[in-house]
Amino acid sequence: MRLTDLPLRQPAYVDLIDWNALSASDGQRLREFGLCEGASVEALHHGGLLGRGPIACKVGRMTIAMRRNHAAAITVRTGPQDEAA
Amino acid sequence: MTGLPLIALVGNPNAGKSALFNALTGARQKLGNYPGVTVERKAGRLSLSDGRPIELVDLPGTYSLSPTSPDEQVTRDVILGRQQGERLPDALVVVVDASNLDNHLRFALELIGLGLPTVVALNMVDLATRDGLELDAAVLSRELGVPVISTVAVRKRGLDHLRAELESLLDGSGGMVRASAEQRDFDGLRREARRIARAAIVRETPSRRLTAAVDRVALHPVAGLILLLALLFVMFQAVYAWSEAPIAMIEGVFEAASNAVAAELPDGLLRSFLVDGVLNGVGSVVVFLPQILILFFFILMLEATGYMVRAAFLMDGLMARVGLSGRAFIPLLSSFACAVPGIMATRTIADPKDRLTTILIAPLMTCSARLPVYAVIIGAFIPARTVALGIGLQGLVLFCLYISGIAGAMLAALVLRRTVTKGASGGFLMEMPKYQWPRPQDILLGLWQRAVIFLKRAGTIIFTSTVILWLLLSFPKAPDNGGISQVNYSVAGRIANGLNLVLEPIGFNRDISLALIPAMAAREVAVSALATVYSLDSKEDEAKLERSLGERLKDHWPLPTALAFLAWFVFAPQCISTIAVTRRETNGWKWPLFMIGYLFVLAYAAAGLTYWTATALGLG
Repeated sequence: MRLTDLPLRQPAYVDLIDWNALSASDGQRLREFGLCEGASVEALHHGGLLGRGPIACKVGRMTIAMRRNHAAAITVRTGPQDEAA
Repeated sequence: MTGLPLIALVGNPNAGKSALFNALTGARQKLGNYPGVTVERKAGRLSLSDGRPIELVDLPGTYSLSPTSPDEQVTRDVILGRQQGERLPDALVVVVDASNLDNHLRFALELIGLGLPTVVALNMVDLATRDGLELDAAVLSRELGVPVISTVAVRKRGLDHLRAELESLLDGSGGMVRASAEQRDFDGLRREARRIARAAIVRETPSRRLTAAVDRVALHPVAGLILLLALLFVMFQAVYAWSEAPIAMIEGVFEAASNAVAAELPDGLLRSFLVDGVLNGVGSVVVFLPQILILFFFILMLEATGYMVRAAFLMDGLMARVGLSGRAFIPLLSSFACAVPGIMATRTIADPKDRLTTILIAPLMTCSARLPVYAVIIGAFIPARTVALGIGLQGLVLFCLYISGIAGAMLAALVLRRTVTKGASGGFLMEMPKYQWPRPQDILLGLWQRAVIFLKRAGTIIFTSTVILWLLLSFPKAPDNGGISQVNYSVAGRIANGLNLVLEPIGFNRDISLALIPAMAAREVAVSALATVYSLDSKEDEAKLERSLGERLKDHWPLPTALAFLAWFVFAPQCISTIAVTRRETNGWKWPLFMIGYLFVLAYAAAGLTYWTATALGLG
């Protein structure tokens, strides 16, 4: 499922990131925030009254905020972590 | 440049770099908690234990050596020795956040790989402990191949150790290049960082994290928004409620000074200059120092605690709708204090069109220089009564003025993004730092710096404009028996009467036209200018000297005029410093001129609409 659909406070792992859907600089910034295939991720808050605001999520030990179009490019998976990353 | 050894402080945003810099150099600087507060070159001296001085430079925080914004580029160029006007550092202090090792170590490895003598400051270990994390600095040092010192910058812990390490680093650095100076790709660095972080973690007990608990409320779509609005509302109420006593004190001092001068000097030019020009003019602005400091107190606290980024998160949905980056929210919030640092803070916005739009609307955020103008008009025309439980009408009106500025800015952004700054919207990608209770010293320091800046302005720009206005108002002297007022007869009065032809339709009188000219220098000059005009005009009735500016305004202005005047100041670009910084940040006159133009048009329209509406409603 996409990160946008991940229920709040349910630990998950990044399965796939569609880097082509992100601009080069946004992709780089996400990488620098520690986002990569296999990274642990947990959605914490959805901003905005009508559900159109950004998403705050925990990536590793960091809390970051991103807009929904970025979150939509990230596919996540719940369940046991695979240690390949 | 100095021949001192140069040491660069470098690290991720939110690693506590600026705090460490302050602690090491004792330099008096602003301490923020969100990415982007360190933009300009910050350098300070630091003495080693043997008394040797070295120069420490605090580089803008960045996540890697691949910059995405101008200030990150500075960091990379300094470290690579490519930055103009900066020598290659002799050593690096890499600051990492102890509770975010996986991430910060990747950048640390990238930096260590450059081969410069390096020491790692494992900062904010107290916050890591608070979150149940225990680390082994020795393991970290062994894995990284460089010295690692545990520090708590805000408590000044570990600083002596760090200084000693720098000393041996500089002594042993002659031509030495570390063996680990190999370049790895991004993923390689990330995996290595993760491996080292795991090795260095001794114990990790899941503990109730303060930040997560607070965020459950602060970032909640409904509760968070209510909290944000409540904070802003309390802030504006406090500006009035807390300032009464200190304002009365300052007024007392200036009144005593005026009386003393009036008693000592014979009636004449010198006395008029001192009482009407200097004391009345400057005094009427200085009196707002308490309110400005209260406002800055709140803004500094919001920044230092880490709340500012949360506010940006809450507002991003709205920002996106007008085509702005959520990042723009931080410069815009800073602009509530002053548009100049706000416009400078836009350097952290990578997208050029996002940045330009933010610069163009920054002056619409109600800066502290408007406060004297708002305060004097509200004080004179809005009754000080309570409308509801603990909510004063005056504070409510002030709140509405701030909201009008915000609404105007959003509207302007919406239009600008579809016309002159058309283009795809940038994103909103931000790190949310942990909440932190700021050191009282840092807040007091910030307030002290603001007070000095404000008083300097009062002593220079405001004093000079007031004196020039007094001169223009006092000459030529009106004939004693002519029945024509001094103001109308003076040079300034004649200019203002001309300008008034344009401003009369929106309800402005000659005195306002007169005050608006010197207020081009700085907004608050409008207040001192009005004080000077009414002080000079009340010659015939000595008793009037005892009356406050507010009381005098009430005699001369109908309510619709006062309201139109307020509306004018929500939009008018009356500040030379803002225009100058816009010119500098946009490299030319095109955008500052555009900004002046559209803001004056808005100001005229807003004042006109307010005046006509108020008149139609019979408020006059």
